[in-house]
Amino acid sequence: MKCTILCLILVLAAGSVPAQTAGEIIRKIDDNLSARNRVTESAMTIHGRRGSRTLTAKSYAEGTRKAFTEYLSPAAERGTKMLKLEGQLWIYSPGTDRTVQISGHLLRQSVMGSDLSYEDMMDDRKLAEIYEPSIAGEEELDGRPVWILELTARVSDAAYPRQKLWVDRERFVPLRQELYARSGKLLKTALLSDLQRVGGRWYPMQVLYKDMLKQGKGTEFRTTQIAFDQAIPEWIFTKAALKQ
Amino acid sequence: MIRFLLKGILHDRHRSLMPLIVITIGVALTVLGHAWIQGVMGEAYTMSAHFATGHLKVMTRAYADEQGQMPVDLALTGSSGLTERLAAEMPEIDWAPRIRFGGLIDFPDSAGETRAQGPVAGYAIDLLSPATREPGRFNLPEALLSGRMPRDAREALLTHDFAEKFAVQPGDPFTFFGSTMEGSLAFYNFTVAGTVRFGSEVLDHGAFIIDLTAGQQALAMQDAAGEILGFFRSGYFDARAAQRLTDRFNSSQPAGTDEFAPVMITMRDQEGMAQLMDYTNAIGSIMVLLFVVAMSVVLWNTGLIGGLRRHGEFGVRLALGEEKGHIYRSLIGEALLIGLIGSVTGTLLGLGLAWYLQVVGLDIGDAMKASSMMVPAVVRTQISATDFWIGFIPGLLSMTLGNALSGVRIYRRDTAQLFKELEA
Repeated sequence: MKCTILCLILVLAAGSVPAQTAGEIIRKIDDNLSARNRVTESAMTIHGRRGSRTLTAKSYAEGTRKAFTEYLSPAAERGTKMLKLEGQLWIYSPGTDRTVQISGHLLRQSVMGSDLSYEDMMDDRKLAEIYEPSIAGEEELDGRPVWILELTARVSDAAYPRQKLWVDRERFVPLRQELYARSGKLLKTALLSDLQRVGGRWYPMQVLYKDMLKQGKGTEFRTTQIAFDQAIPEWIFTKAALKQ
Repeated sequence: MIRFLLKGILHDRHRSLMPLIVITIGVALTVLGHAWIQGVMGEAYTMSAHFATGHLKVMTRAYADEQGQMPVDLALTGSSGLTERLAAEMPEIDWAPRIRFGGLIDFPDSAGETRAQGPVAGYAIDLLSPATREPGRFNLPEALLSGRMPRDAREALLTHDFAEKFAVQPGDPFTFFGSTMEGSLAFYNFTVAGTVRFGSEVLDHGAFIIDLTAGQQALAMQDAAGEILGFFRSGYFDARAAQRLTDRFNSSQPAGTDEFAPVMITMRDQEGMAQLMDYTNAIGSIMVLLFVVAMSVVLWNTGLIGGLRRHGEFGVRLALGEEKGHIYRSLIGEALLIGLIGSVTGTLLGLGLAWYLQVVGLDIGDAMKASSMMVPAVVRTQISATDFWIGFIPGLLSMTLGNALSGVRIYRRDTAQLFKELEA
């Protein structure tokens, strides 16, 4: 009898969600999606108008200011490396043995023909640092209870002045993201799925990005391996690492 | 009768000299004005055709919808086979595959790090084939300001203003950075062979020209081209022939929704050219019409004055028993003869001036420095068949109408009053 009552209490406790403020929700989202550092391997499938192609890459990230990516396949992209360092981005091309800095309007260009821009890759800051959130409603999305959050940028250099998130109420991970221009025009959408428990946090292993200004079926970004809080050597985040 | 009138015109210079001078000048200016408008617009069309539109253009349907964005990802594949087929089916057209693309040029410092960068429009054209006519279309030998023409696929021409802005000299290396046909990163190293100035701000602002094979290599476009441009071997755009060829080619393509199937369009159908052509034709016609009307008014007035001046002469002729109708007809006949002589001399004079400006041209480079239109620095007239008759309309009609109107007074003369008038 005692056991039944205890189980009932535990089930009820697990099923109930305490009231959350919008600020608390995005802080919990940041806790899930941001880390001191991480090492990932990913496969990015770009569905273009002429067909689809998949690129694989290995990435290292430290906080929100340092990131290094090396493309592993296909052959045409193998050895191409990108380094983000304190708000600057360099790309190394093994074919020309040149390192080119990407800046200005080029940051808005597509990465490898995908639905992601360099700016999307660069802006890795926590949501709580950039946006002022408010809860716009609650509903169900793909059978999951979600909050609908409206995010308005409170910094002038946000890539997207406004966002709308459908946040899983139990796992604190957005399941759908809409990114808007200042004019209110919808620029991009992201569908996050395959949430897995990694290192004590929920993490979306698959994201389908869609640039609404481009034709095509979008870009699937699949995280094949991810590890948080690793010992990443400091030399990885140097320009010298690009040519190695 | 004609001989008699001609004698009168030649002997009585008071009667014919002024109208002849006015008609000659007016007709000459009409012919010259028309040839000028045709020439200036023709030069602009030629430049647009050579650099961007061709007289005909073949591309994919998807590319045609977005060609202003130079979308290499929507390019034609199998371009060499298609070019051969077009050459076999339309021998009157010279076909030239090209790639127009956008990107960034990165100039390295001595350590290979980025020293400077700038956005460019790239043109990959056939520079190196022995029989190529592309350098001529781009006027490259004349536009070359420093260095030399590229000798291999690793060499490029930069626009001079762009090169000056980044302190680049012939022999300096640079890296092109953009997107390949499938969307990957395009990196390609070039050496500056020379710098060119086209005299058009649109082009000189920032462009580079490379060989087609280099473009295909850099943009991963093996046997592909953004567009295949067709040029009439005569050098002139023939709208009807172009439309006929276009209809024939497009009807030979399988029906369907394949957005990468080739489609042909004429120069007139491209990038607002139809509106531009219609607009300039309308402006040209209005200018000629205004000129014709103004000259007609002057000649009409000359005819009226002449008619009034000959008031006494008509009175004597009536008094001597000449019929009013005969006097009126001879007056009209004189006007027609003067108009004819003036129109012929005016047309010859106008054609002579137009021919001179067609051969020598007029340098307007300084005036067009700030222009964003694709207009050449030296503009020329262009003599067309229309110039041989366009001056005759005002030349013949205005003098005749002026005399016809003033001559009506002949019928109002009262024979009984003639001697009183003559005595006065």
